[in-house]
Amino acid sequence: MRPTSEQELAEFIRATNGPLDIRGGGTRRVRDGTSLETGGLSGITLYEPGALTMVAKAGTPLVEITAALDAENQQLAFEPPDMRGLLGTTGEPTIGGVFATNASGPRRIAVGAARDFLLGVRFVDGSGNIIKNGGRVMKNVTGYDLVKLMAGSWGTLGVLSEVSFKVLPKPEAQGIVSLPGLSITKAVAAMSRALGSPYDIAGAAHLTETANDKPDTILRVEGTEASVTYRMGQLKTLLGDMGEVVTTLSAPDHWTWVRDLTHWHGGAEDVWRISAKPSAAPELVARLPEGTRVMLDWGGGLIWAATQPGRDVRATLGTFYGHATQVKGTGFPRTQPESPGVAALTEAIRRKFDPRGVLTLGLSED
Amino acid sequence: MDLPLPNANILSRKSAIVRRLQSVLPADAVIHDPAETKAYECDALSAYRCPPMIAVLPSSTEEVAAVLKICHEEGVPVVPRGSGTSLAGGALPTSDSVILGVSRLNTVLETDYDNRFIRVQSGRTNLSVTGAVEANGFFYAPDPSSQLACAIAGNIAMNSGGAHCLKYGVTTNNLLGVKLVTMDGEVLEIGGPYLDAAGYDLLGLICGSEGQLGVVTEATLRILPKPEGARPVLIGFNTNEVAGACVSDIIKSGIIPVAIEFMDRPVIRAAEAFTKAGYPDVEALLIVEVEGSDGEIAEQLSRIRAIAMRHDPVEFREAKSADDAAKIWLGRKSAFGAMGQINDYMCLDGTIPVSQLPMVLRRINELSAEYGLDVGNVFHAGDGNMHPLILYDANKPGDLETCEALGAEILKLCVEVGGCLTGEHGVGIEKRDLMGAQYNATDLTAQMAIKDVFDPKWLLNPAKVFPLAASESRRVA
Ligand SMILES: Cc1cc2nc3c(=O)[nH]c(=O)nc-3n(C[C@H](O)[C@H](O)[C@H](O)COP(=O)(O)OP(=O)(O)OC[C@H]3O[C@@H](n4cnc5c(N)ncnc54)[C@H](O)[C@@H]3O)c2cc1C
Repeated sequence: MRPTSEQELAEFIRATNGPLDIRGGGTRRVRDGTSLETGGLSGITLYEPGALTMVAKAGTPLVEITAALDAENQQLAFEPPDMRGLLGTTGEPTIGGVFATNASGPRRIAVGAARDFLLGVRFVDGSGNIIKNGGRVMKNVTGYDLVKLMAGSWGTLGVLSEVSFKVLPKPEAQGIVSLPGLSITKAVAAMSRALGSPYDIAGAAHLTETANDKPDTILRVEGTEASVTYRMGQLKTLLGDMGEVVTTLSAPDHWTWVRDLTHWHGGAEDVWRISAKPSAAPELVARLPEGTRVMLDWGGGLIWAATQPGRDVRATLGTFYGHATQVKGTGFPRTQPESPGVAALTEAIRRKFDPRGVLTLGLSED
Repeated sequence: MDLPLPNANILSRKSAIVRRLQSVLPADAVIHDPAETKAYECDALSAYRCPPMIAVLPSSTEEVAAVLKICHEEGVPVVPRGSGTSLAGGALPTSDSVILGVSRLNTVLETDYDNRFIRVQSGRTNLSVTGAVEANGFFYAPDPSSQLACAIAGNIAMNSGGAHCLKYGVTTNNLLGVKLVTMDGEVLEIGGPYLDAAGYDLLGLICGSEGQLGVVTEATLRILPKPEGARPVLIGFNTNEVAGACVSDIIKSGIIPVAIEFMDRPVIRAAEAFTKAGYPDVEALLIVEVEGSDGEIAEQLSRIRAIAMRHDPVEFREAKSADDAAKIWLGRKSAFGAMGQINDYMCLDGTIPVSQLPMVLRRINELSAEYGLDVGNVFHAGDGNMHPLILYDANKPGDLETCEALGAEILKLCVEVGGCLTGEHGVGIEKRDLMGAQYNATDLTAQMAIKDVFDPKWLLNPAKVFPLAASESRRVA
C-alpha cells in the first residue's frame, strides 16, 4: 500500500488488521507484515531559510531535502547517518525515517540529536487518528511534547505524514585536529579536555583502524576560516602534552566515514551501538569480547563495536550507566531491557496509540 | 478563569490527611494553618489566587514518594511547586489541593567536568546551578530572566527558555535525566549522563508537562564550557519591517548569534525612562550578541555591521567595554520592570514564524487601539518568541477582563500566522481555554492519553493545560 494523502493513510490504517511493515525508503527492515510505503507522501511544503525552518511530507527522499538545503548553504546539522552501506540495504532514505529513528551523527555532541531539531509532526496513530503536535516555530511549549515522543519511536506509535524541523547554516570552513597513536584511555582524556574548552568542538572521534594502522583521535572545528585557524592553534597548545598534534584546514572529510562506519561496510560482524559516559569508555571497551573492532564517537560517549555474529555483548558488558543496542545482526532483542517502571510506561503508551497492535506487532521479536 | 469546584469530601477530611502527612514528614514540613498556607496562594500570575488546603515541603525523594502515596490513597489533588515564578498559573493551587514544594531539595549531588554534567536536586535555583560550576569555567545554558529565583523543577516542568537559547537551546535540549516520582509514589530514573537511549523519549515527554505527569526530584543537566568572551551591539531602525528584515538577513548569512533581542518603541521609551541606558528613540531596537575570542567577535561583528548597513540603521552601537555591554543589556533586562512602572501589565508569550514579524506587530497595534489598552513588545527575534506586554489597571473594574480578551486575540493571531500560543511560559490556567485554537479534539485527546498513562486518576495538577470541558470526564472519573 502506498497512500498519496494523509487521509488515505488514515483510512488504510483504520481498515487494516496489520501488522504493518512501514517503509520510508526501505533502508532498514523493521518488521514483517503488510507493506506500507510512505513514498507517496512526498514533497517540501515550506522552506524559510531566514527562519531556519523546513516543512516536508514524511516520505520526501532525504536527497531532495539535502538538495534544497544545499542551494541555500544550509544543512541538517545533526548529520543523519546513511546506514545502507553498513546494513547492506538499498532504497532511498526519507526524512520521516530519519526522525522516526532519531538518527544523529558525529555533530550530535555539539548541536543536539535529530529529536532536538524536530519542531512539529503530523502522524496517523494505530487507530487511524490523524494527530498533530508541535508546529513550525523554534520555541513551542503548548501542551505536551509528543514531537519528542515520536522521534525515535520507530513508527510504533504512528506513521508520520509530515515533519517540520530546524535547519542550520553550513560552516564555511572545517579544520581537523588529529592526535595519532593515543591509547583509548588517553584518547578519551584528550577529547574530554577539548570538549571542556571554549573552542566549540563539532566532532570528537577515536579511530582504531586507519590507513597506517595507528589509532587516530580526531577533533573537528567549524566556522569561518579565521576562527577555525585560531581554534586549531589553541587546541594544539591545549593538547600539546598528550603527544603529537596535527592540524589541517579543510581536511578530507573523515566525518562521513565516522558517521556511516564506512570501514565496516560489507563485513560479516554484528554491530552494536553503546551509549555511556565518555569516561566509562575505556573500561567498557576492555569488557567487550576479544577481537571486537571498536570506534568511539561523541568524545567517547558512543562506542561502536563490531563483534563476531551471535554474541550478545550486553552479557559481557554487565551493568553500566547507559545502554547497548544491536544495530546489525539478529538473534537478540534490538534494545536493552528497561527498568520495570519504565517498561510499564512504555507498554502503556504503546497501547494508547496502537491498541490493536497493528504498528507494533513483530517488533520485539526482531 | 474557572477552576473546578473544591471537593467537599476532601475538605471534610482535612485533619485526617494532615495527620497522615505528619506521620511521614517533620512537623515544620506540613503547613495547614490558613494563615500560613496563604503564602502559596499564587505564582507570578498573581491576578489569580487561591490558598491550598495544605502545603508540604519534603526534603528527600523518599519523603516526596511518601507524600504522593498518601495523597494518591486519599484521592487528593497535588500541585507541585518550585519557586512559584510561573507566569501561566502553573503552580496555582485549588482549595482542596496539597501544594508539594521542592524548595528544600536544593543540593548539588554530583559535578562531573570530564563528562560535562551536573546532577542536582530539583529545587535548586537556575542561577545557582551555574554558580556551582562557574569557578571551573562551565555554565548551565538555559537562562530565563527569572533565573535568580526560579527552580530547575519549574524549568523542567515548563521547558523554560532564555535570552541565549538561539544558540544553546531550551531546557529540553540541555536535560539529560530526571528522577521522577509518579502519583502512586513510584520512583523512576529516566535518562542519565549519556545520550539518546533507545526506547521512547520519556524525558522529552516529561520536560514541558507542567507538573502533570510526576514530581521531578533530581535532574542531570548538561553543562557547557564558558565562551572566551561575548559582546552585544545595539542597532536602531525606523520601522519594524526593516528591523525584521535585518534579523532574517543576519540568520541567512550563516552567523548564529547567541541572542537577537527586539524591542519596539513603547518598550524602548519605558526602558529608557526607567534605566537611562542611553537607548535612541527609534521604532525598533535590536540587541545582537556574539561570542568567542576577541578576534572571532570582531569578525562576526564586522559581518553584522555590513548586513545592518544595507538596511540603513538609525544607530549602530558596538560595545567597546564591559561597561558598554552592560548598558546595552540593562534596558532590555529591565524591560518588564520598566513597563511595570507605567501600569499593571500582562505578559504574553506567543511564538510566530520570524517572517511574519512586521505583519503581526502591525496587527497588534490595531488590536491595541481597538481594545483601548497599550501594548509594548519585547521579542526573542531570532526564534520568533514574542512577549507582548499589555498595560492595564488592576484597580479599574473590567480592565483585567479587557486585557485578557485582547491577550487572547493576540495569541490566536500568533497561531493563525503559523505560530503557537506559548513559546516558553507554558499553558497553565492562563492559556488552557485557548488550546482549542491550536489543537483539535483528537490532538488534545492524544496528549491527555499520556497523562492517563502516568497519572490515571488525574490527581497531579489536574485543572491545568487542557480546557476543563475536555478533561472533565477524566478528572471526575
Ligand atoms: C520576571 C520573570 C521573568 C521570567 N522570564 C522567563 C524567561 O525568560 N523564560 C522563561 O521560560 N520563563 C520565564 N519566566 C517564567 C518562570 O520563571 C518559568 O516558567 C520558571 O521555569 C518557573 O519556575 P519555578 O521554579 O518558579 O516554577 P513554579 O512557578 O513553582 O511552577 C511552574 C510549574 O512547574 C511545576 N512544577 C514545579 N515543581 C515541580 C516538580 N518538582 N515536579 C514537577 N513539576 C513541577 C508546577 O506545578 C507548575 O506547573 C519568568 C517569570 C518571571 C516572574
